[in-house]
Amino acid sequence: MTALTELSIADATAGLRAKSFSARELVDAHISAVEAARPLNAFITETLDLARDRAGAADARLARGEAGMLEGVPLGIKDLFCTEGVLTTAASHILDGFVPPYESTVTANLKRAGAVMLGKTNLDEFAMGSSNMTSHYGPVHSPWRRRGDNRPLVPGGSSGGSAAAVAARAVMGATGTDTGGSIRQPAAFCGIVGLKPTYGRCSRWGVVAFASSLDQAGPLTRTVRDAALMLGAMAGHDPNDSTSADLPVPDFAAALTGDIRGLKIGIPDEYRIDGTNPEILALWDRGIEWAKAAGAEIRQVSLPHTKYALPTYYIVAPAEASSNLARYDGVRFGLRVPGDSLQAMYENTRAAGFGAEVRRRVLIGTYVLSAGYYDAYYLKAQKVRALIARDFARAFETVDLLLTPTCPTAAFGLGDKMDDPIAMYLNDVFTVPASLAGLPGISLPAGLSRDGLPLGLQLIGRAFDEATVLRAAGVLEQAAAFRARPAFIAGEA
Amino acid sequence: MALDPKTVARVAMLARIRVPEADLAPLAEQLSHIMSWIEQLDEVDTGGVEPMTRVTHMQLPMRDDVVTDGGRRDAILANAPQATEMFFTVPKVVE
Repeated sequence: MTALTELSIADATAGLRAKSFSARELVDAHISAVEAARPLNAFITETLDLARDRAGAADARLARGEAGMLEGVPLGIKDLFCTEGVLTTAASHILDGFVPPYESTVTANLKRAGAVMLGKTNLDEFAMGSSNMTSHYGPVHSPWRRRGDNRPLVPGGSSGGSAAAVAARAVMGATGTDTGGSIRQPAAFCGIVGLKPTYGRCSRWGVVAFASSLDQAGPLTRTVRDAALMLGAMAGHDPNDSTSADLPVPDFAAALTGDIRGLKIGIPDEYRIDGTNPEILALWDRGIEWAKAAGAEIRQVSLPHTKYALPTYYIVAPAEASSNLARYDGVRFGLRVPGDSLQAMYENTRAAGFGAEVRRRVLIGTYVLSAGYYDAYYLKAQKVRALIARDFARAFETVDLLLTPTCPTAAFGLGDKMDDPIAMYLNDVFTVPASLAGLPGISLPAGLSRDGLPLGLQLIGRAFDEATVLRAAGVLEQAAAFRARPAFIAGEA
Repeated sequence: MALDPKTVARVAMLARIRVPEADLAPLAEQLSHIMSWIEQLDEVDTGGVEPMTRVTHMQLPMRDDVVTDGGRRDAILANAPQATEMFFTVPKVVE
């Protein structure tokens, strides 16, 4: 029999219903895997006792025929989602000891569907980063290694703990959040599937806010079908989030027909950036061939403002962050560093509580919003953002999807790119444009680099058309037949 | 535009983040590097373009103006780094 930790979510839910194994057995196997995966530092908080209790309750519901769609499925929850009674840190020192008295809508939805949380996964502080290096709780190690090279690599970020835990078979899936690529980039680095839904598909209520006009929750899984199943459980209208879409949640798994004949897939010219790794370009060409062979129609499209997406993002996101992070003042929750006045207490608390990258972004955001600079920076960025969104709207007049690489490189070494913030920001060059436009995007593992590291392809779809994104991703997943496994698998070490 | 240490000190004060005097100059250099990269946006002609102020084309929902939550004082105070009886406490602000 296949080890329980090797199963997909789809196979595990079928196995539970067929009584091939119990939820308790499934969860116990993953509890051992979470323990074995501790060297990766993928979790900030483990909730193993809670998981055992929930597994028992899942078995009871299965026995009564009342199982939810993810009944008994062991998941990791990015430590940006508030979880009632369970420490929630955003990987920041400033949230020391914060135990939310309420549950985020997305995790409440997952709980209602029967999913079992094994712990809160590590991330870049406040989700600001592409390497998981900025966590107050230390970096996450990718389970992957370059061939013949044992130096540790980053899992990507910001949902690095989630991606590492899923790739290492410690959990079957995990939640992530994506502001500029924080689901798709770590999924690509770790050889798994990561789906950023349309802005508004999943409620942001109870998710620690970074940039409110960009943040969106989504799943990280090992298969496209699992991403469809998890998204179906996470999504849905929520009156507590005024930007949550009041739309029905389709049966995403039912969209996986395997048929993309006649689908028009656009290839954006502007994503052929000078200096992109030739391996990435070759992988992109293979993806185009797979889509063609499956009967899709390939068209060149132009997204002329692509090169301005990153600088636009680095105004909009820090501006929103500086405003969102104003709430961390040492008064109501988290860290407090004394001072001889109220102002001094605020300043001392925020200096000690925020790490270097968060401080940098709050300062940039405060600067671009300050008197005299607002029009030159923030208003200008909002206008360029409108042009970027218009580029996509025009492209989607002639095509149904866009196909691009997820990242310009494979995973890099732990501690690399830390001296130059802009070099780090460039990781997100292919993921940020769709974030600015609020569109759904998926990364799926499509091949290996010459030194044996996973590389991802990205599909971008129309707003609220995750179904088509998933359908095409399913076809490319089959064609790519990605079977490579990371060097570290929990329980095999 | 280059940020000088004086501007960084002002922005840090607005952001309520203490920055030691010695860190102002290196921080000014870092932030200037990022801002000068951002300024490539000046190349884009945005004449007549409306700023993007919402992501999806939805009307903000309306609801009745009634209290929907509350009465959880103790649960909320439980996270305060310093609380006295039923209050959050801060350093003295009125002499």
